[in-house]
Amino acid sequence: MIQIKNLCVDLGDFLLRDINLNVAAGEYFIILGPTGAGKTVLLESIAGLYPLKSGEIWLRGTKVTRLGPEKRGISIVYQDHVLFPHLSVAENITFGLKLHRRPHSELTEVLDWLSDLLDIGHLLDRSPDTLSGGEQQKVALARALSVKPEVLLLDEPLSALDPETREGVQRELRQLHNQLRITTIHVTHDFEEAVALGDHIAVLGDGCIQQIGTPDEIFRQPNSEFVARFAMVKNIFTGEIVSKENGGAALRTEGIELAVVTDLRGKLRSSVRPEDILISPQLLHSSARNSFCGTITGIADKGSTLYLTVTVPPDFICLVTRRSFEDMGLAEGQKVYLTFKASAVHIF
Amino acid sequence: MGKKWFITNKMTFTFILLGLVIFLFIIVPLIKTIVTSDFQILLETALDGEVISCIGLTLYAALIATVIGFFLGVPLAYLLARVDFPGKNLVEGLVDIPIVVPHIAAGIALLFVFGRSFAVGRAFHFIGIDFLDSIAGIVVAMLFVSVPFLINSAKEGFKKVDVRLEKVARSLGASPWQAFFRVSFPLAWRSIVAGSMMMWARGISEFAAVIILAYHPMIASTLIYERFESYGLAHAQPVAALLIIICLTAFILFRLTLYRGQRI
Repeated sequence: MIQIKNLCVDLGDFLLRDINLNVAAGEYFIILGPTGAGKTVLLESIAGLYPLKSGEIWLRGTKVTRLGPEKRGISIVYQDHVLFPHLSVAENITFGLKLHRRPHSELTEVLDWLSDLLDIGHLLDRSPDTLSGGEQQKVALARALSVKPEVLLLDEPLSALDPETREGVQRELRQLHNQLRITTIHVTHDFEEAVALGDHIAVLGDGCIQQIGTPDEIFRQPNSEFVARFAMVKNIFTGEIVSKENGGAALRTEGIELAVVTDLRGKLRSSVRPEDILISPQLLHSSARNSFCGTITGIADKGSTLYLTVTVPPDFICLVTRRSFEDMGLAEGQKVYLTFKASAVHIF
Repeated sequence: MGKKWFITNKMTFTFILLGLVIFLFIIVPLIKTIVTSDFQILLETALDGEVISCIGLTLYAALIATVIGFFLGVPLAYLLARVDFPGKNLVEGLVDIPIVVPHIAAGIALLFVFGRSFAVGRAFHFIGIDFLDSIAGIVVAMLFVSVPFLINSAKEGFKKVDVRLEKVARSLGASPWQAFFRVSFPLAWRSIVAGSMMMWARGISEFAAVIILAYHPMIASTLIYERFESYGLAHAQPVAALLIIICLTAFILFRLTLYRGQRI
């Protein structure tokens, strides 16, 4: 669907170079990279909104490198939504259709369709600046979808939202994509977001693509320190969420069962932040639902803090301060207990 | 903007005092000119044919200058706000020059270019436009000294429009023209109108550059000057008062329409 060949873009301070991407039709493709890696500019250059230094962009077998952005059929949704402030929500959504002088009946039709799809019917007469972040996000999506684009570009669509809205929108993005099957390129700095949504992930860093693969490939076999930094320290486990007789839920994964708090069921992923795991030489009696015994198999010294790899199995990465580390006299090969709350397990 | 409105410290107090001095310095002469005018004389002046035609000509010539400035200045303002090119700082600096050169010198410079001894002047003469002692001369003088106000204000207006709004418009199928006319221009409209208003007002108040090119037909300032020179303050004051009243009224009406529904 989209092929990017040897793309090179000048960002002033540095270059994006040798970018080669193949995105299949209907795919949800994630570009993952730290803030300031040039992700937004990469999206803009795909859309024809940022000049290339060199390289080619092909769309559906046609070279579009020199084609104006208005002729590409690629819609973009920016992180902070950038709705037209002088137009109402409805006018924002129909902006593209009006440019093409579509008949009024089609305008209403598309408005109805998108109002239903994104549940924004009650917002149509409002002015963008009166909307919440989540609402603006939906309107921006509706505006992008109104012209029935072949490719949808999403620039950090979840970053500007508060955590609760985020989860909802993330789920909606997935559903929307399942429903419409529009080829989507989504850039983010959030690894979990990438894993939850992406069919494929390209990791962008130091001005070039570090690795491309499925989410599993990226976090199981990171090919560089850079990719590992994004993926490794996150304690990601894939498994099946099942109901427990006590009314709770647990994630069965790699021979252990993690107590979790969620209404979701089925095959999902979970993560535990390293700093949420308590380490103790003896079993702790506490309200925390998860307790495992393991052996310290690795210590990464970061100065005032240390990352411990504790093999249960599976491996858990845990963060301890230097003081606790020394007080407890921890060392490699030692047996320790890991304790964390069910609510500390993030399901995605 | 709910900033509390009381004197919080000595600095604020000092600044208020100093601010008050300059504010009164601006406002007192204007009000004094108007209120000390005898209403009877003011009315007579307002009905004086020569005064009416001079003030009318001033407003008209300044309007023409503003319209020309609008069509030529807005595109330049947009370029300066959006495009980076070598020598841009220089261009921005040069645009401001009419504000800083003495206007009498500006008049002389214009006379050189638009007089019939220079190609530009001759070319215009060929199509029937002469700049010496004509409305065209007044317009050119006003345009020169006042167009920076429009360009600068429009430039600031365009700068405030998020460039990504244009990019979104483009991705939705807008040509560069459409993105400009449907997004950037309407969003910068207030700044453009405010700049046009400033330009028009500055055009009306111009004197020195105008008289070099065209002493006749007389604009209001020339008339005031002539009456002051020939008959003294008493005769110049009513015309001045009338001009101030008309400009203030226009200015206030403009602002009211421009910032309708907002705090002025």
